Amino acid sequence: MPRVTYIQADGQSQEVNLEAGSSLMQGAVDNMIDGIVAECGGSCSCATCHCYIDADWIDRVEPAEEMETDLLDCVSEPKDNSRLSCQVKVSDDLDGLVVHLPTTQF
Amino acid sequence: MAAKSRCIILGASHAAAQLAPTLRQQGWTGSISMISNEYALPYHRPPLSKDYLAGTKTAEQILIRPAAVYSKCNVGITMGVTAAAIDRSNKQLLLDDGMALDYDKLVLTTGARVRKIDIPGVDLNGVFYLRDLNDAQQIKMFTGANKRAVIIGGGYIGLETASALRKLGMQVTVLEAMPRILQRVTAPEVAAFYSRIHAEEGVEIVADVQAVSISGAKQVESVQCHDGTEYEADIVIIGVGVIPNTELAEQAGLKIDNGIVVDEYARTSDEDILAAGDCTSHYNPIYQRHLRLESVQNALDQASVAANTICGNLKPYSALPWFWSDQYDLKLQIAGLSQGYTDVVVRGDIDGSRSFAAFYMREGKLLAVDAVNRPQEFMFGKKLIMQGNQLDTAQLADDSLSLKTLLTS
Repeated sequence: MPRVTYIQADGQSQEVNLEAGSSLMQGAVDNMIDGIVAECGGSCSCATCHCYIDADWIDRVEPAEEMETDLLDCVSEPKDNSRLSCQVKVSDDLDGLVVHLPTTQF
Repeated sequence: MAAKSRCIILGASHAAAQLAPTLRQQGWTGSISMISNEYALPYHRPPLSKDYLAGTKTAEQILIRPAAVYSKCNVGITMGVTAAAIDRSNKQLLLDDGMALDYDKLVLTTGARVRKIDIPGVDLNGVFYLRDLNDAQQIKMFTGANKRAVIIGGGYIGLETASALRKLGMQVTVLEAMPRILQRVTAPEVAAFYSRIHAEEGVEIVADVQAVSISGAKQVESVQCHDGTEYEADIVIIGVGVIPNTELAEQAGLKIDNGIVVDEYARTSDEDILAAGDCTSHYNPIYQRHLRLESVQNALDQASVAANTICGNLKPYSALPWFWSDQYDLKLQIAGLSQGYTDVVVRGDIDGSRSFAAFYMREGKLLAVDAVNRPQEFMFGKKLIMQGNQLDTAQLADDSLSLKTLLTS
């Protein structure tokens, strides 16, 4: 089970184990990690599960598709490493992944 | 609060799945019991007419949270029981098996149920409504390539179901009683768009037609309409709207007005009874009227407000409603409520393409947006509605101009 660290905007961090194949969003919801709202439940519709992939990991994550990049253009404080966490599936290759959370999803 | 305080959540819904963990996060140390008349942990309902029906997601994959979360939060879940009454004077929830459960705080997340139609043959084998997991499981047993499905009701549920069944290779006919599909919720332009798409995908849509009977020997065989037409069917799915589950609240003397009336803190007319989600009617400060919403967003947001209220953090509920509908390769995102619009402005080729945005206007201001495969128009549209400024319709229609430029900072 890949281990993922979620780091809040205020610096607090939580390390959790996710099932391979599940999304970073589901991992956050399952572990009650604040900062991921995920209103649409993972259908790439709401952009309330915005996160930043740590710079050391960004090249190892599958790139975003068009729908997601369009949504990411509209979130608060988009950056080059912005992703919607519902669209990022974790695998054993991503064991140790570090994810940063934004100050707000709205 | 006392550690022995008891909170009961009635209905294992989207709202319940949000409420229980939020109560813990907000510091509720008392007991939490979730009571459900279903036999499943809270699950995402939208996929029932989409990915679950089409077979691309399993029942386990549509759970909102895994079982471990509820045990971690020490939430007791009782399934398969129905509430019979609320005894407000003794603060007890009475169940139909004779049990009486004491509560300090009771939260009604009872949702809505399908509106049923009363026509001959509606009880035949193979005739279904679609609201819960059990319905979807039953429907799946009747699906299969080249089988014929008749869907009664051309609303979002009917159309999403049509899309999922086409994916399975079925022959699909949608019967709509009104002059056009999506009559209650969209502009004629948007309805015409969806009619075209469904026709392109091979779904037959028949509007202005009333199903008057369903017939078959043991199992459904056909649907008859008021004009004498008949449609053969191996399965019939009826989707003609929902009714909020307010009876328990009403019998307990709580205020009801097209839903259980709650204030901005999700409290009913009894301060120890709260409610959230589809079953409620609440005042929305953005649209300045009472709303009863059938929406995931509302269920989640109102449940969070309710959890905060119970824990003594009064945070008023004020959110822009939004909705979505997935059909084929089309992702429709709806921001706001269009009721009362006077003009519609369209951006993009609504007549020939699969991507456009429709802006619903009143007095020069934006009320709502229907965005198909246009996430930016949806996202910035939300912000434009909230800002409430006068907008130039020529700019809204100009596809070369990002909506972002119309926002005031």
